[in-house]
Amino acid sequence: MSEVFDILTSAGLWAAVLRIATPLIFGTLGALLCERSGVLNLGIEGIMTFGAMIGWLAVYNGADLWTGLLVAAICGGIFGFLHSVLTVTLGLSQHVSGLGVTLFASSFSYYVFRLMVPVAGTPPTVEPFQPVDIPLLTSLPFFGDAFFSQTAPTYVAIVTAVVLAYVIFRTPLGLAIRMTGENPHAAEAQGINPLAVRYGCVIAGSALMGVAGAFLTLSAFNSFFPTMVQGRGWICIALVVFASWKPSRALLGALLFSFFDGFQVRLQTVLSGSVPYQLFLMMPYILSIAALAFMARHARVPQALMKPFRRGER
Amino acid sequence: MTEVALEIRSVSKRFGRIVANDNISLSVGKGEIVALLGENGAGKTTLMNILFGHYVPDQGSVTVLGQELPHGSPRAAIQAGVGMVHQHFSLAPNLTVLENVMTGTQNLWSVRSETAKAREKLLALSERFGLQVSPEARLGDLSVGEQQRVEILKALYNDARILVLDEPTAVLTNIEAARMFATLKDMARQGLSLIFISHKLDEVMATADRIFVLRDGKSVAERKVGDTNKAELAELMVGRQVTRPVRDASNPGSVVFQAENISIIRDGIERLKSVGFYLREGEILGVIGVSGNGQADLAQLLSGTARRNGGTMNIFGEAVGDLSVAQTIALGIGRIPEDRNHEGAIGEMAIWENAILERLGEYSSKGFVDRKKGMAFAKRVVDEFDVRGGGPSSRTRLLSGGNMQKMILGRNLVEPKRILVAAQPARGLDEGAVAAVHERILEARRKGAAVLLISEDLDEVMALADRIQAIVGGRLSPPVQAEKTDSRQLGLMMSGEWSGVEEADAL
Amino acid sequence: MRFERREQRSLALLLVTPLLAVILALALSGFLIALAGASPFEAYWNILKGAFGSRLSATETLTRSAPLILTGLAAATAFRARLWNIGAEGQFYLGAIAAAAASSQLFGDMPGLFQIPLLFIAGALAGMCLLLVPLWLRLRYSVDEVVTTLLLNFVAILFVSMLIDTVLKDPLAFGWPQSVSVSDEAMLPKLLSRSRLHLGLVVAIVLAVIIYFVQARTVFGLNSRAAGLNASAAVFAGVPLARTLVFVAMISGGFAGLAGAIEVMGVQGYVTTELSPGYGYSGIVVAMLANLNPVGVVFAAVFVATMFVGADGMSRAMDIPSYIADVTVALSLLAMLVAIFFTQYRIRR
Repeated sequence: MSEVFDILTSAGLWAAVLRIATPLIFGTLGALLCERSGVLNLGIEGIMTFGAMIGWLAVYNGADLWTGLLVAAICGGIFGFLHSVLTVTLGLSQHVSGLGVTLFASSFSYYVFRLMVPVAGTPPTVEPFQPVDIPLLTSLPFFGDAFFSQTAPTYVAIVTAVVLAYVIFRTPLGLAIRMTGENPHAAEAQGINPLAVRYGCVIAGSALMGVAGAFLTLSAFNSFFPTMVQGRGWICIALVVFASWKPSRALLGALLFSFFDGFQVRLQTVLSGSVPYQLFLMMPYILSIAALAFMARHARVPQALMKPFRRGER
Repeated sequence: MTEVALEIRSVSKRFGRIVANDNISLSVGKGEIVALLGENGAGKTTLMNILFGHYVPDQGSVTVLGQELPHGSPRAAIQAGVGMVHQHFSLAPNLTVLENVMTGTQNLWSVRSETAKAREKLLALSERFGLQVSPEARLGDLSVGEQQRVEILKALYNDARILVLDEPTAVLTNIEAARMFATLKDMARQGLSLIFISHKLDEVMATADRIFVLRDGKSVAERKVGDTNKAELAELMVGRQVTRPVRDASNPGSVVFQAENISIIRDGIERLKSVGFYLREGEILGVIGVSGNGQADLAQLLSGTARRNGGTMNIFGEAVGDLSVAQTIALGIGRIPEDRNHEGAIGEMAIWENAILERLGEYSSKGFVDRKKGMAFAKRVVDEFDVRGGGPSSRTRLLSGGNMQKMILGRNLVEPKRILVAAQPARGLDEGAVAAVHERILEARRKGAAVLLISEDLDEVMALADRIQAIVGGRLSPPVQAEKTDSRQLGLMMSGEWSGVEEADAL
Repeated sequence: MRFERREQRSLALLLVTPLLAVILALALSGFLIALAGASPFEAYWNILKGAFGSRLSATETLTRSAPLILTGLAAATAFRARLWNIGAEGQFYLGAIAAAAASSQLFGDMPGLFQIPLLFIAGALAGMCLLLVPLWLRLRYSVDEVVTTLLLNFVAILFVSMLIDTVLKDPLAFGWPQSVSVSDEAMLPKLLSRSRLHLGLVVAIVLAVIIYFVQARTVFGLNSRAAGLNASAAVFAGVPLARTLVFVAMISGGFAGLAGAIEVMGVQGYVTTELSPGYGYSGIVVAMLANLNPVGVVFAAVFVATMFVGADGMSRAMDIPSYIADVTVALSLLAMLVAIFFTQYRIRR
């Protein structure tokens, strides 16, 4: 038991929680924005992979880190545009198009990466984001190390959640997005173009997914390797349900989830030998499934989610 | 006529080979109530969708208060002062009343929703027109009548000068409808122009100042309400003499089905509250009521898809538990579901597959489908029930609503049935198809079937049923004899007033 | 621009659709090859040569087709009933490890004639079990099975990784994480000597034909199609929805599990965590390219296998990453979706 206590009181755990949570926050917010407008975006896994690759590649070729994130966001948006053409304009199955986008975006990342970076024994690296020194706060005992020694994108993620919550619930645009996700015909009857709203949300949401991926290669790690996203995208999709489509709860969900993840990693080292490490690695996925089962019945799903909107067709 | 508020000039619209609107012109004055009368498929809804910018017309123009509207822009229509109350409400059940009303009323790029101001304006409007709502209520928690109020308020909130109502009474009881028409007249007195779309002659005669009749996409007549009568309008609307079949005197046989104290709870809501009714051979029991009062569960009870929470059922004198679909088919119960496209048929499957799907047991052996036998059955259905638009192997989607309904009737009635459950059998059909469907139901009755007819159309129930019960909020009224009642009494019963009705001969 | 539903769909259009999709995908990937500074035509010629240029490469392509046919069938049968089984990858691994476990722990001494069918069943059962979990979550808690099947892929592969690290570890593998081997009797007979081509291909094709007839002719086939096209109408017509979906899940998961078992018994004899180069995910593409038709799956699987095997050869000959095969396959899925759309709708202005 004392090991558990040690883990919980180590600043390292709490610092790790925020670090692990950051890509999940970006990804979940991105998926949430898409779904609020009525589009499920299963392209997330591939878009994150591409964001991780292209952000890293930009920095590797001399761009600064923020430009790397921006490039990842733009490329994410382009894949979002592709998903929109398929699901919004053509009204195709959002499940299958999303998987198609994931397969395409991830294989395309590997292709570009192989093409641009010659095979080498040790993967090439870049200089990643460094923790930001916040006056006073960072120097606090324990709390400084635990919560105020993060890289800048982590703080951006938290601010994004707050901004998105405000936009969705407090602005006319947010109301238009919610209406489009609930009943696009009603939105149209009020002079809103549901197709434009969906395009906008999917593109913006996918841009966030791109940033989520780039965080992995530009802050959490410093190199790119295939399959590095490791199902984080799918976990984000599950977190959206867990969050009942609310940004504040998405933030909370991602943090809670990362807490368990950070905790299990540390528990693993304590218990190493006696329990196979794979059991610990399974936990995030099993937790996500459990969260889905727990929340699916209670959540108020956007009524028009996964329903294509065609003018004059009900 | 006073100042012209709206003018539609020679509008035409074609969908594929179908001409939905053919050179239609129409005008509405300020403070005037105009009715647009026509059957389903006459082109009324298309015309209003053009007016509102949902559709782009192939030719023609729309002028509102002297200013021509650009085509295909709902936003421009709203700004010019056109408001629309859709038949299927354009509302989001998960949002609040205020949110529903506010959507799209502010510049989308403003940084803050002006909720307090909007709330004030909504309450002022609701006061002025006597349309009570609570702004913070979640829309999905409201009754249908209240939702319609929200839909009207939404149009008024946008400063509508011209209000279009698409079949506004389809979901209301007569009493609610009467109240709504009073509100509409009040609005007209306050200077609003109103167009309401309907195929109900009574309400058109009672409410409108002028009437435009549409038929097959063409404008066939314009009448002042004082210069016409129901008979003329009916003929103009239908264009030919359609006589609905007449029910001959009833001669009920023995009781084949009896239900007592049936309760059904679904999704945590008590849909049927201790209801009782019985069916007799050669007799039609009509259940009248506004949709959403428990009809779906009542129909499911005899269709084999309901699970009871209480009560007893007797079929042919024997007590039975919850029926499965297979049991209902085996017992000889015919089933016409409420929603053709949703429950009655699978559009992407062939007609023959839809014809035998519910009795696959008979049309298969050792797990293999007997295609030849199924095709033969489907051919009988198509021939004997005059299904036009496709043969047994065509895709069902290609059939029109009326022909799809004939196919559904046919698969049930090609072989005589002892019990028939028909839920909203004529909903959304044109006059010719309605007559055909009614004739088939009466024929089943003549052959001795006990029929449960569930309908929200008063005329339909009065024309077909021998006994009538009203359904309100999951409760059934006592039965009344059709000959001993009238639409006024049935209207009262539909709104839950049934103390003192004269009960039909109790068993 | 508006779209209008086509009233009639011609058969020719349906047959041409996948070809158009593949051509479009090849054209788009050709563009990417050109960006890399190579000639797309030369690259495709090299892919074709790499896949069919020699006896060895042709048999290799067919060997690769076998698991793809089975995972393609897994997706096709499930999607037809609108059961979104994206978990074929995990089911594949569970099937593989189940076959290895059953052979090494239970039936290893049996002659092949009995052992092989038993291992097939073991693999199929393992795949089924993994898919029944998300189906149960869907029926009981209305959880979308897309996400759960995707997440279970990771769980299944970690589970397999754990087994080959512990109880099923091959003690003779010098610490490499690989499972114990199936017994020699359990290895599938080769179809051609001096090749890796094994009986699994025949099994896969036979199953494709059988499932085609099951879908076209049986009550179950009609029920599962009805359940997929319109669940509420199916329920009204008395189709036992839950039971039908459970059967569909058993067939779909069974195919994917069987694919894993066959891959182990046909090719390398033991399980590693690199056994599948994404067969489960490629199966989705195979199914969509075949428009969910089981017989079409066979042809689509050969196309996908051609791309993968050929791209390896092409990559060695030219300086183009072999990932171009994955890109082309993914693009052909997207192109197929668009192509299917235009068989159902036409553009109207």
